[in-house]
Amino acid sequence: MATTLYDKIWQDHMIDKNTSSSPSVIDKEGTEGLMYIDRHLIHEVTSPQAFAGLDDKNRKVRCPQRTFATMDHSISTRSLAIDACGPTNQLQLQTLANNCKKHGISLFPVGHQKQGIVHVMGPELGLIQPGMTVVCGDSHTATHGAFGALAFGIGTSQVEHVFASQTLKQSKAKSMLVKVNGALPIGITAKDVILAIIGEIGHAGATGHVIEYSGEAISALSMEERMTVCNMSIEAGAKAGLIAPDQTTFDYLEGREYAPKGDDWNQAVAYWKGLVTDEGAEFDSVIELNAADITPQVTWGTNPGQVIGVNTPVPAVTDFDDPIDQDSAVKALKYMDLTPGQKLSDLAVNNVFIGSCTNGRIEDMRAAAAIAKQGKVADGVTAIVVPGSVAVKKQAEEEQLDQIFVEAGFEWRLPGCSMCLGMNDDILQEGDRCASTSNRNFEGRQGRGARTHLVSPAMAAAAALAGHFADVRDYQ
Amino acid sequence: MTTQTSPAGIDVHTGTAAPLNQANVDTDQIIPKQFLTAVTRSGYGKHLFHDWRYLDQHEQVLNPEFSLNKPEHQGASILLVRENFGCGSSREHAPWSLDDYGFKVLIATSFADIFYGNCINNQLLPVQLESDQMDQLFALVEQDSTTQITVNLQQQTVTAGDLSFGFDIAEQHKNNLLKGLDAIGQTLELDAQITAFENSRPAWQQA
Ligand code: SF4
Repeated sequence: MATTLYDKIWQDHMIDKNTSSSPSVIDKEGTEGLMYIDRHLIHEVTSPQAFAGLDDKNRKVRCPQRTFATMDHSISTRSLAIDACGPTNQLQLQTLANNCKKHGISLFPVGHQKQGIVHVMGPELGLIQPGMTVVCGDSHTATHGAFGALAFGIGTSQVEHVFASQTLKQSKAKSMLVKVNGALPIGITAKDVILAIIGEIGHAGATGHVIEYSGEAISALSMEERMTVCNMSIEAGAKAGLIAPDQTTFDYLEGREYAPKGDDWNQAVAYWKGLVTDEGAEFDSVIELNAADITPQVTWGTNPGQVIGVNTPVPAVTDFDDPIDQDSAVKALKYMDLTPGQKLSDLAVNNVFIGSCTNGRIEDMRAAAAIAKQGKVADGVTAIVVPGSVAVKKQAEEEQLDQIFVEAGFEWRLPGCSMCLGMNDDILQEGDRCASTSNRNFEGRQGRGARTHLVSPAMAAAAALAGHFADVRDYQ
Repeated sequence: MTTQTSPAGIDVHTGTAAPLNQANVDTDQIIPKQFLTAVTRSGYGKHLFHDWRYLDQHEQVLNPEFSLNKPEHQGASILLVRENFGCGSSREHAPWSLDDYGFKVLIATSFADIFYGNCINNQLLPVQLESDQMDQLFALVEQDSTTQITVNLQQQTVTAGDLSFGFDIAEQHKNNLLKGLDAIGQTLELDAQITAFENSRPAWQQA
């Protein structure tokens, strides 16, 4: 039977409960089962209660060597001091350090060379490989699907379950194929692709599904760009996003610290090459987009599905047929202080954030710098650039991108989640309007009463220079 | 409000409902990030829906317009919401805060996946109804906020006034809620099978 990439990873990780002599053999139609977890990433915010649960019951971490920890969500981007963001943040960070030490888990704390946002750090160390199952107490775990790994976010109770057993009880999700045909026009980035996809299928359109992305435009993407696409699968409601591994994937992984080496590498590649959706395999739903139709995207509302092209006027409530969408539009227009028909280029922006696990990688830094060097940050705009990891920061500094940013009037910060969620002091004030390369434009996400518009790194840099949204294609 | 529980789980729950007539309520809204720095599971109830519930950052001034603050909805143990409730961040602090506030049952048109699983793991019952059934429930509660709603998990029914609806729930989830099982303890009984699985894999996958 022709199977999908998702089917294959699923089948390869099912633990047979009946006989211990024939493990991993499972009924092909099986839709519920115990799944083995290859890689578990953890951070300070969603792990303390899970460790406490283990301790309560005197349980151990089954596979500390499959578990890796970093500090990212609640750290300062101005100081390496662990107490820079106050006593509760400090306690949480210290708790992570203590727990990792106690359970023998590798931790990359603030100041460590390998520290970074969990979804930036994992791939760049080679921790994420095709065909793996990857979990983390964080919804953007979907990022790692870029490697053809089944990667999904879990809650803290499940973090505890994985600690104790290296498994999770799973029900099989539905499958969705998203095909982006043709080549992307100049100036259109992976961020625009995923925002356009979310605009098409809606903010909850892929709930209960695992998405596989394919088509010429997807195959042509670099690993960094693929991660941007898979990262925001959750913003369409999906459990995970997948891209089949290919030569681009293998080239990225070869030689990375935790990637297989020598003969192991050859065996791994041979296995990875089989991780593709078979010709004729069926999906529960299929969506197709033409790459040529995609324009630079800007969200106007308070969920990521409320998105338009940069030259499209702000929609009116009557543009929506569904009463729920109409209701959401009324609320979003009010919160975002927008008038239907308004041009985005008339919208003054006073904050710009470039970073996050969506767009905090080296290629994002390069794309933003290419625009930044064409001018100066407009008066009245505060613009910060936050690399996604220490490695990204180092690479960018070697390429002197930091100097380009600083000369143009951007602040160059230390790695972390930063203003993506503002658990530190990188937070917006009421009424601020921000062009942000992060992934969520929810009410209050970047600060109570603050307004977030999601864009690509190049679009964010262009908004910083212009002081309002601008079409990045005019800067090519 | 009454809850009949089997040894550790939920079975039948009766109580009044607070209506939150909104779609796409995300977990940032349910519990904002500034409350995620705690290292315990308790005490989140007072921060539930912080941005909507309070007019100030310090939680001193209640927003009188917000549904949960209305006198007629005090003591509600059932929350009525719309589509895609609990979307966004995977933070389990969301069900912890709903539970700590006093909600036992959530009734919505649909839930986001991770949030739904988190509810099950916290003995918070998520009930999914059709959109028009939700309309009727909202209307009923709006008419009379003292309406008692009964949710029977065993029979998979919601009854209130003259209304009576059935709902779907996966057998596995239902069992966990009814029995209040220790999911980890159950899995650890399969230790030999997990070890056999690990040993069956090629060496390069065993790291
Ligand atoms: S950068 Fe933002 S979305 Fe990504 S892990 Fe950090 S807080 Fe979550």
